[in-house]
Amino acid sequence: MTLSNIVVLVKYVPDATGDRKFEADNTVDRVGVDGLLSELDEYAVEQALQIKEKRADEEITVTALTVGPAEAETAVRKALQMGADKAVHVSDEAIAGSDAVATSLVLAKAIEKIGVPELIVGGLASTDGGLSVVPAMLSERLGLPQVTLAAVVETQGDQVRIKRDGDTATEVIGGTLPLVLSVTDQSGEARYPSFKGIMAAKKKPLETLSLSDIGVDAGQVGLDAAWTSVESVTARPPRTAGEIVKDEDGSGATALVEFLASKKFI
Amino acid sequence: MSEVLVLVDHVDGAVRKPTYELLAIAKRIGEPSAVFIGGADKAAAAADAVKAYGAEKVYVVDDAEIKGYLVAPKAEVLQQIAAAASPAAILIPASAEGKEIAGRLAIKLESGLITDAVDVQVNGSDIVTTQSVFAGNFTVEAKVTQGTPIIAVKPNAAAPEEGAGAGAVEEFAATISDAAKTAQIVAAQPRQSTGRPELTEAAIVVSGGRGTGGDFTAVEGLADALGAAVGASRAAVDSGWKPHTFQVGQTGKVVSPQLYVANGISGAIQHRAGMQTSKTIVAVNKDEEAPIFELVDFGVVGDLHAVLPAVTAEIEKRKG
Ligand SMILES: Cc1cc2nc3c(=O)[nH]c(=O)nc-3n(C[C@H](O)[C@H](O)[C@H](O)COP(=O)(O)OP(=O)(O)OC[C@H]3O[C@@H](n4cnc5c(N)ncnc54)[C@H](O)[C@@H]3O)c2cc1C
Ligand SMILES: Nc1ncnc2c1ncn2[C@@H]1O[C@H](COP(=O)(O)O)[C@@H](O)[C@H]1O
Repeated sequence: MTLSNIVVLVKYVPDATGDRKFEADNTVDRVGVDGLLSELDEYAVEQALQIKEKRADEEITVTALTVGPAEAETAVRKALQMGADKAVHVSDEAIAGSDAVATSLVLAKAIEKIGVPELIVGGLASTDGGLSVVPAMLSERLGLPQVTLAAVVETQGDQVRIKRDGDTATEVIGGTLPLVLSVTDQSGEARYPSFKGIMAAKKKPLETLSLSDIGVDAGQVGLDAAWTSVESVTARPPRTAGEIVKDEDGSGATALVEFLASKKFI
Repeated sequence: MSEVLVLVDHVDGAVRKPTYELLAIAKRIGEPSAVFIGGADKAAAAADAVKAYGAEKVYVVDDAEIKGYLVAPKAEVLQQIAAAASPAAILIPASAEGKEIAGRLAIKLESGLITDAVDVQVNGSDIVTTQSVFAGNFTVEAKVTQGTPIIAVKPNAAAPEEGAGAGAVEEFAATISDAAKTAQIVAAQPRQSTGRPELTEAAIVVSGGRGTGGDFTAVEGLADALGAAVGASRAAVDSGWKPHTFQVGQTGKVVSPQLYVANGISGAIQHRAGMQTSKTIVAVNKDEEAPIFELVDFGVVGDLHAVLPAVTAEIEKRKG
């Protein structure tokens, strides 16, 4: 099998260095805060681009796909600047408040609409939700094999091999295209967009799709259709300021031992 | 009372501690039924182990045909047992593998999924979960509103409770589709045991960062004196001083021990994301401006290579 299409899944997330908040309905505030392409999805874009570059004779098209509010266009734009060829943005009021189950449905339907590629690449986790389940759910929905959480990726012909740190072992996992792949931040530094890349991105195709375009009923997604409900959100009380001592000639060690003993750790 | 399925987390038949924690949670909801997917020759011992922690029933599924095929077959097994048992909930360890199984199962059963629960309580007819989100800055209570609640539970969410259940063993013959037998483990190198507690399960974690300069002797010495697991920052991992499996943080392990001791770690947001919910936090850092000091219950401004060995020596002396 030749590889002609790669779809890379990129999510628009609130900036983790800013003040992340919740809305009154207990959903993540995605609009009132600064957002960006999830840092962890940059690694997915990077791997997609590296595979394309290594297989230069195959004319591979890399499409960045995002599901999110209007602002999520920023995420696919960044992917285009890094070097993706095309972008697809699924955006619909009805999607707001969707859980991972619904997000995976929208992604699956969007992928079926644009054509199921030989390779789908996702990130380790969303930096906001952080479930690490969407790639597995997508593979379940599309009936494709999944090779996830890769620290090292190699492809040859229709074979994909990854290396990863499993829960109890270091593993090499093999699969045959078409499949769903996800990569970690161990897989290789993500490139910065070059000036040329930023200019070129302006002319690259960016398609926006609504739920009806991809054949998803509005009732299947969004907060009301979620199969889980958030009952309450509580900000963690700020930690009470601790005691800080300066070590002078061993005084630090003595004080620390006293502290540990007072808390019954020794 | 309804059954509550608990997926047994084990390495080659040796049941891991999170399984016992899940059984303790299952008892709050209904009758715990453990699901053991593994080697037929290991099943009896595993069944005894989970029985001792309250399993009323043990579904045994021989994995001869599916070993190495990762998560898809396990999701099919759980789907089939759930169809037969109509459980009140399905509890799965929130490991990377467990969460993927849970995700696939949620779609198969058209059921809501909650991952990374740090607590699960029963409130009337509701099963209410607690999660810690945004690097531990918020606590979220949630519940499943459709189907069979599928909950991926983090280590240390409950204390294991000894006390034998009936432990009735039921061999379950699952039918696995060919589609589930695709991606496959082609080679695996089991992790060498460090002789220390598992990072995510440990009551105490002692970590080292770039400030160790690559010499973890002082960090490991303190860890051993305290019976702790050893962790590392990403800077220490990227420098090749410790394998990635030691990394604490957003892209490593998320730990929530009784005591976390950060040594030579500045306290970047990605590191905090992995340790901020620890009950007690201690830091040793040369730089009094290091952001880690904003989190600590106790901090020492000093050189870890001087402070830690002195602390270790004093602890050893007190132990006698
Ligand atoms: C996508 C992404 C994911 C990331 N994921 C993670 C993650 O999972 N985990 C993680 O840890 N980081 C992660 N990081 C990296 C994170 O941003 C920081 O770079 C990292 O945590 C810094 O590690 P450090 O504190 O050991 O090093 P530094 O920030 O360099 O701090 C070293 C500290 O050691 C102190 N020091 C030096 N010498 C001594 C001495 N002799 N005695 C005492 N103190 C001393 C210094 O004062 C300093 O505060 C991630 C980054 C990105 C971009
Ligand atoms: N809304 C989304 N749009 C595009 N990709 C997504 C979206 N949500 C999740 N993903 C992909 O799935 C991965 C895991 O996400 P999660 O399961 O939410 O932690 C992310 O790193 C992305 O690659």
